[in-house]
Order: sequence, then structure tokens, then C-alpha cells
Amino acid sequence: MTAFQTAVKENKKKSPVVQENINKEESIFSAKGLNLWYGNDQALKDINLDIRKNGVTAIIGPSGCGKSTFLKTLNRMVELVPIVKTSGAIDYHGVNIFDPSVNLVELRSSVGMVFQKPNPFPKSIFDNVAFGPRVHGVKKKAELKEIVEKSLRGSGLWDEVKDRLGESAMGLSGGQQQRLCIARCLAVEPEVILMDEPTSALDPKSTLKVEELIQELKKDYSIVIVTHNMQQAARISDKTAFFLNGEVVEYDNTDTIFSNPQDKRTEDYITGRFG
Amino acid sequence: MSSHAEKQSEDIKQMKVVNKEKLTQKSFKANTLDFLIEKMFFVFGSIAVFVLLLLLYFLVREGSSALQEVGILTYLTETRWYPSSPQGAGYGALQFIVGSIMVTIGALVIAIPWGIFTAIFIAEIAPKRVREILKPVVEVLAIFPSVVLGFIALVILSPIVANVFDLSNGRTALTASLILSVMALPTIVSIAEDSLRSVPKDYREAAYALGASRWETIKIVTFPAAKSGILAGVMLGFGRAVGETMTVLMAAGNAISMPMTEFMGITVPNFLASVRTLTANIAIEGSDVSWGSLHYSSLFVLALILFVITFVVNLIADLLISRQRRKLTNE
Amino acid sequence: MSKQMSQRLWFGICGFFASMTIVALLFLLFSIVKEGASVISWSFITEPPRRNMTEGGIWPALVGTFYVASLTVLISVPIGIGAAIYLNEYAKQGPVVRVIRMSIRNLAGVPSIVYGLFGLAIFASTLRLGVGLITAAITLAIMVLPWIITASEEALKAVPNSFREGGLALGATKWQTIRNNVLPSAIPGMATGSILGLARAAGETAPIILTGAAYFSRNLPSSLNDSFMALPYHLYILATQHAQAAAVRPIAYGTALVLIMMVILLNLSAILLRNHYRRKNEMF
Repeated sequence: MTAFQTAVKENKKKSPVVQENINKEESIFSAKGLNLWYGNDQALKDINLDIRKNGVTAIIGPSGCGKSTFLKTLNRMVELVPIVKTSGAIDYHGVNIFDPSVNLVELRSSVGMVFQKPNPFPKSIFDNVAFGPRVHGVKKKAELKEIVEKSLRGSGLWDEVKDRLGESAMGLSGGQQQRLCIARCLAVEPEVILMDEPTSALDPKSTLKVEELIQELKKDYSIVIVTHNMQQAARISDKTAFFLNGEVVEYDNTDTIFSNPQDKRTEDYITGRFG
Repeated sequence: MSSHAEKQSEDIKQMKVVNKEKLTQKSFKANTLDFLIEKMFFVFGSIAVFVLLLLLYFLVREGSSALQEVGILTYLTETRWYPSSPQGAGYGALQFIVGSIMVTIGALVIAIPWGIFTAIFIAEIAPKRVREILKPVVEVLAIFPSVVLGFIALVILSPIVANVFDLSNGRTALTASLILSVMALPTIVSIAEDSLRSVPKDYREAAYALGASRWETIKIVTFPAAKSGILAGVMLGFGRAVGETMTVLMAAGNAISMPMTEFMGITVPNFLASVRTLTANIAIEGSDVSWGSLHYSSLFVLALILFVITFVVNLIADLLISRQRRKLTNE
Repeated sequence: MSKQMSQRLWFGICGFFASMTIVALLFLLFSIVKEGASVISWSFITEPPRRNMTEGGIWPALVGTFYVASLTVLISVPIGIGAAIYLNEYAKQGPVVRVIRMSIRNLAGVPSIVYGLFGLAIFASTLRLGVGLITAAITLAIMVLPWIITASEEALKAVPNSFREGGLALGATKWQTIRNNVLPSAIPGMATGSILGLARAAGETAPIILTGAAYFSRNLPSSLNDSFMALPYHLYILATQHAQAAAVRPIAYGTALVLIMMVILLNLSAILLRNHYRRKNEMF
């Protein structure tokens, strides 16, 4: 039995309820005929994908397959690259997020994001977590303190940093920094958290901690995670989408993808034949 | 994980709600204010364009009466300069143009080999420790106030020049060229060094692999690849020297006559003559000229001539730099 | 000639020219320090010139230079930073930005005396500000603007993109992100650029000859329209315009030395500031 099959088994044992619910799920995002170009290079081709509410959706695929691009499309961060063009739609609460009437501030407040490389701001730990609430108009110190504590507890970092909230966030270890970034994201009370290979810059021990955290968070948030690590996808996700060359090759329950892939290319990828 | 049954502040509850209305609601902060701020910065951003146009407009406006009454050809071709004489006024500025060009060329004759060899030394040859001495040296030369250089030219260089060439007055085109070369040097060194550095390592390695020595590699590979950028540095050095005022004002002697001499039957520029440049003439006459007079207007014509020279020189440098960049990124 | 020999010869030539650069700098510094050091004293700094400038100090020129350079920075830095923010944070590549960048590069190449004449025409004459502190400062501000913009843009470029992404992803508006995440990290670099601009304004002579510098003035400037003494212009006057050139020569050397020390110190402090924050940023 391969490592990831073991992982899938464990996942099943751990959260049977989620596994049962998977078929009567409600979707939070639904991409319809989504295309995306960087200049003349098409990075996403006719993506049709419903992302379920709650639980963890993993997106896997070889590098350059468009998985990160797709993730960044969900909160329109992809548009920071000036040459990006899109067509098609992504529905979120009945609104197409590309609609000109969409308020990006609101979209990004409810669709949070954790980046590949931990990116704490060069401020204190407290100010990092309080950043979101502050820009959204929370001014009272007591209220900010409450939010910061709750968010840091939420990311499992509180006990490690509660005595040095005023110190620079740059002094934390890589794993702590990433959990701080998760706390910073929680402080805005998002509904969805997008994670772009959140553990790729971390050591195995920190990775484990972040993975455990994801298992906790999925009770309250919908999580979409891009990962190049198939064992990780198998361990923590409920559904998995396999991207290849900008297309969705296969999208199914995680255990189905890993134990019984329908597409030859998916099977080749998860058994390590390419990518 | 905290459960959300806990008491939550109103702000947070507000944040949590996600629905269609909220997602498409215009907010003052995110839409109107951000839009206005962006426009404000656009105004700041365009100030450079505005200032350049304003500069050109004022030079032309103030110079227009002279251009109409005297005509540009007189300024460019004649050599009689008596702009405030009541009878028989003369507006020939050719000697100033020749003076400017002469001291600039003289400076570059010194500064080009000096600057390029120094740049090659810094970029390709010098060990790290020597480089770390040379770079600040060049930087300090770049910040030397021009009036101090002019002062040194006046009190130290010009007596030397007078001695060596047996002149009564050591303030000559040569003296100005010598000191100007020090001013043009940092520009040439830093731009040339940048472009030598921008040549990718693989070029050099390919040459080494073919058995070329380090010098041959510099001569055959690195230098030619960096040629456009080095030329741009030379152009910018030219611009710096031709526009320089204080050093030439103090070093060149400022005589209003054509600095020419007969040499074996041909007229050649005389570097041992006292010259006055365009910049020096504006500085000398600009502060006591009566505003609005034809003399005043004539000074703006001289400024326009200077502006055109530096504009063209900078434009060429610009094109050379972008050509260098294209060359190195496309290949 | 063998390969080795020719390489040694050419390397020698390069080394010769490079060492000439050091020689030139040492010569310049030495010639000023040798004559100027003995002139400088506390009273030289703090007293006004006396007896037709053949005795006394340089206090009014020092103060005048401080005034005009500070005003210049006050005017040019906010505008320069604003322009840099537009270019680096808001502008999208296109014809508008190309025109702006071309204008900036062109302004940087305009001779300083042309700025002086421009300042005279527009501020002193057309806008009726007369010749004095404010006209000179605005003129110098326009002259240093391209450098301030370029330095500020470099500072903004050095701010990692992840700071911007992090802010935007939390739902901050573009301006909130710039103000809270980008500017704080860019300010040391901008301060460095501003100090360098200050040094340049302090050492510049040609534009102020036409726009407000005074040959001699007993009093310090008391309003923005007053003309003022300035160190570089004072040096020019002492060196070339004074009737008793030999008698004022020591004072001229002293003035030159003070001017050089001022400019070098300003540059040094800018570099130290930059290094200090670079180190701090790596930690913080």
C-alpha cells in the first residue's frame, strides 16, 4: 500500500461525518467556462468547477498547470499581474466575481488568502493580526485585543507568542510566521480561506502543525488549498481537483481520486509517473 | 478553536455576513476615495511633463522677441556680441557655442579613456577590496560642488597651465577642459560600469571555455556587448560637461572672442585661448540684464540652444541604453 | 607579444587610470584641506564677514545655504514622492508612463543655469515673486525633482511585493495598502534620497546666481522674498569678484573646505541611514 493510500485511509477514519456529507454538499464557488490569459498565453482553459462549502478542497497538478492561477482567481488577486485577461464566470453568493459592480474589498475580506511564502509585515505580532480589522474600521483597543487573541488562538499560536505580542513578527520561525499569516487572515473573519502551497517553505514539523490546524479550521471555514504534495492532499482534503495544462482533468472525492482515478493522466500523476 | 457562539463585537458580526448586496455594494472608502487618491497621485506623476513643457514654453516665450527681431541665424553664425550697445548692437553667439563645444570635447578626450578604463578595471579586473575603495572614490567625485572644482582650477590649475605654456593668463579652454573632465568622469564610469556588469556571465564563460584569456574576453566579448551602454555613458558625460556652469565660469577666462588660431595655414581651435561658454555667458550677464530687453531675450535664445543640445544628447543616450537592454534580454 | 604580456600590459593600463581617479580625488581634497584647515575656527563659522569680507566668518552664508536647501527639500520631496508613488504603485505600462519617464530623464539633463534663467522668467518676473529665497528654492526644487523621484522610486521598488499582496488579500484598499504596508518600508530609502537632494541643492551655485543669492548682506534673510548669502556663491564671489583677491584667498579656502565637508557629511549620513535601515529591515 502506498503512502498516500495509507493517508487516505487515515483521513477516512478521522472524519467519517465529512465523508458522508460529501455528496449532498452545497457549493460556495462555481466556476463556469473560466478562461484566463497572461498576455497571449492561456493559463486556464474552460474551467467548470464547483467548490464545496466547508471542508477542504485540494488542487493538485504539476507546476505550471494553472493551479495557483486558479486559486488566485477566486479572490481576483491574479489581477495584480497587469497583463491578465479573463472570460467566463465564477459565482459566489449569486454574484459573478468578475462583475464590475463587485466590491473587491468585500470580496477579499470574505475570501482570505495564505501565501506560499510566509509574508508577515515588518510590524509587531499584534499589529500584523490587527491589520485587517484596523483597515476595516475597528478602532477600539479592547476590541482589537479581543480579535487578536481569538485569531492567534485560532491559529494555535497564542501560547507561543502571548508574552511578546509587541515584538517583530520577523523574529518568528518560518512555521510560526505562516501560522501568524493564518491568524491575520482569521482576524478578518473570512468565509473562505485560500491557501497557496502554504507548507512548501516549511520544515516537516511545522508542516504537520499547519496541517493539523487546517483540520481544525475546516469546521468553520471553507478551505481551498493548492499543493504539490500529494500525500498532503490525501491527508487533509475532502475533495481533490487535478489540473493539467490549464484544464481540470478530474475532480472528485479525495479518496476516489487517489484510490480509483477515472482518468489515465490522473493515475500517472498520482503514482508519480510524471510531474 | 473558538466556537462562534461566543459573544462577538458588532464590527465582527458585520464583517462575517456575506451576501450579494454586500459584495456589490459601493463603498466610499473602496471606490470613491481610492479613485480620488489615485487621481491625485496621477497629478503628482504628471508634474514632470508639466514642468518640462513649462520650461520649454518660457524659454521660447522669453526668447521670442530676440528670435523675431534678430533671427536665429545671427546667433548661430555671427561672432559679434554687443547685446546692450545702443548703436551697432551685435548678437553673434557663435563664439560661445564654439567655446562650449571646445571645452566639452577637450574634457571628453581626457574623460573617455580615463572613465572607460577605470570602469573596466572596477567591473572586470579589480579584486573586491580594491573595488570597494574605488566605488566610493568615484561617488565622492560625483558630489564635489562644481564651484569648489572651479576654485581649484582657478587657484591651482591655471597657474600651472600659465607656467607650462608660458602664458600671461592661465585661464584657458585647456584649464576648463582639465577640470571638466573630472566632472564628466563619474557619469561615464558609473554608466559604463553598469553596462559592463549587465553582460551575462555565460558570455564570459563561453569565451573562457574557448581558451581566451581574461583580457581577450573583455576585448572580444564583454566590451562589445556593453558598447551601447558605454556610449550612453559618454553621451551623458557630454551632457553634463556642456551644461556645466561654475567650473568653466571660473576656469575658462570668459573672453568674448573666437578662440581660433592659425596653424600651418589652417584655422584651428586654440585651447590656450581664453573662452566663454554659453553657460558662463548666461551666468555673467543674467543677473544684471534688464528684464524684457532684447539682451534679456537673447540670453533665453542661448538657453534654448543649450536646451536643444542637451535634449538631443540625452535622447541619444536614452536610445542607446534601451538598445543595450534589448540586446541583452533578447539574445 | 605573448598573450600573457599583452594581458598584463592592458590590465596595467586599466589599473593606471583607476588609480588616477584616486589621485585626482586626493589632490582635490588635499589642496583644499591644506590651505583651508588653518582658517576654520569656531568664530569663522559663527561670525559674519567683516571689513569688506577680508576678515570674519561665513555665518550668514551658512545660514542662507541652510535656509534655501531646506526650503528646496520641503518643496521637492512631497512632490517627488507623490510622483514616485504614482509611477511605481498606480501607473500601468503605456504611452502615458513612457512620456512621464522621458520627461523626468530630460529634466535631469537640463543644465542648471537654464533652470536659473527659467526660474528668473517664471517666478521672479512673471509671478512677481522677485529674486530671493523662495524663487531660488522653487527653482532648485524643480532642478532636484528628477533625482528625488528616481530615488523614491528605487525605495518603493525595494519593498517586497508580498507586503502589497498581503495587504490587498486582507481586503485593504489600494491606498490603505500603500500607506500601511509599502510606505513605512520605503521611507528610509526616500529619506536617503532627500538628503542627497539636500546636498545637491546646498552645493549648487549657477541657478541661485540668477534667482536670489546676494553678494553681501549684513542681515540674515527674514522673509521668503529676501535675497540671501549662500556658501557656494560666497566662494565664487571671493574667488573671482573680489577686488582684493589675494587678501580674501584664505577665507575662500576656508569656505571651500566647509562646503565640501558639508556635502560629504550629508552624503555620508544618507549612506549610513540607508545601511542602518537595511540592516534593521533584514531583522525586522
